[in-house]
Amino acid sequence: MRTTARPIRATIPIHGEESLATVHRVVDEAGQAMGYGLVDQTKLITAASELVRNIVLYAGTGQVDVEEMDRGGRNGLRLIFTDQGPGIPDVGRAMQDGYSTGKGMGLGLPGTRRLVHEFAIDSAAGAGTRVTIILWKR
Amino acid sequence: MPTATPRQAHITPLDGILVVTLPPLLGDSDAEHLAQQVGERLVTEQAHAVLIDMTQMRMIDSHMGRVLNVMATMIRLLGAETMVAGLRPEVAMTMVELGMDLGGIPAALSVRHGLADLRARAGRSA
Repeated sequence: MRTTARPIRATIPIHGEESLATVHRVVDEAGQAMGYGLVDQTKLITAASELVRNIVLYAGTGQVDVEEMDRGGRNGLRLIFTDQGPGIPDVGRAMQDGYSTGKGMGLGLPGTRRLVHEFAIDSAAGAGTRVTIILWKR
Repeated sequence: MPTATPRQAHITPLDGILVVTLPPLLGDSDAEHLAQQVGERLVTEQAHAVLIDMTQMRMIDSHMGRVLNVMATMIRLLGAETMVAGLRPEVAMTMVELGMDLGGIPAALSVRHGLADLRARAGRSA
C-alpha cells in the first residue's frame, strides 16, 4: 500500500478520457489518507468524475489540483478543476437541474454541488472554466 | 495501487440469464462497448434477462447512469428484461443526492436475490 505524503498536494493533467482513471486513483488515495467515511469517499470520487468528464467533454484538456485544507480547525480536501475551454456563457442556467448542452443527463454541475460542502464556479464564454469543491471531514 | 484494478466487465450466461459483472470503475470506452457486447450475447445465448451485478462498483456518475439506462432500453427492445443487483449503500446514497434515478430498471439486493426473482418471473410467464 502506497502511503500518501501529507499535507496532500497534487496536480493531475487531464488530456482525455484516459485521465479519468488517474484522477480516480489519486482522489481515492487522498480521501483514504484523510480518513473519510465510506459515503463521503464515494461522494468525493463521484464529484471528481462528473467534473473531469465535463472537462473532457467541453474543453478536451485541463487539470485537477488536489489540496488538503485546514480552516478553523476543520480538515478537508479541496479539488480545483481548471480548463481553457469555451467556458459557460450562462452559469446560472448551467446550475439548474436538467439543463445540459452535452450528452450527459444534465445532472453534472447541480448534482455535483449537492455532493460536496463548498462549490464555486468561475467561468465566462471564451474564458475557460474553474470549478472548486471542498469536502470537509465530518 | 497494490493490485491492478480490473476495468472490463464480464458477461456470464447462466440458465437463460446473462450476468454482467461490472468492475469497480468502468472506463468510458469500455462502457460504450458494453451495450453492444450485451446485445450480441443476448441474441447468441437466447437469454431472457440481463442481471447487472453492481457489487464491485465504487461509484456511478451521471455518465454511467446514462449508459445503464440506454442499455436497459436496448435490452427491452430485444425482448428481454434488465435487473440491477448488489448496489452498495454508499453508491445508492450518492446517486440519490446526485439526482440520478435508474428509472424503470428493477433492482435486487444481491445477485442471488436477483437470479431468484428473474427465474420466478420466467417461470410465471412460461
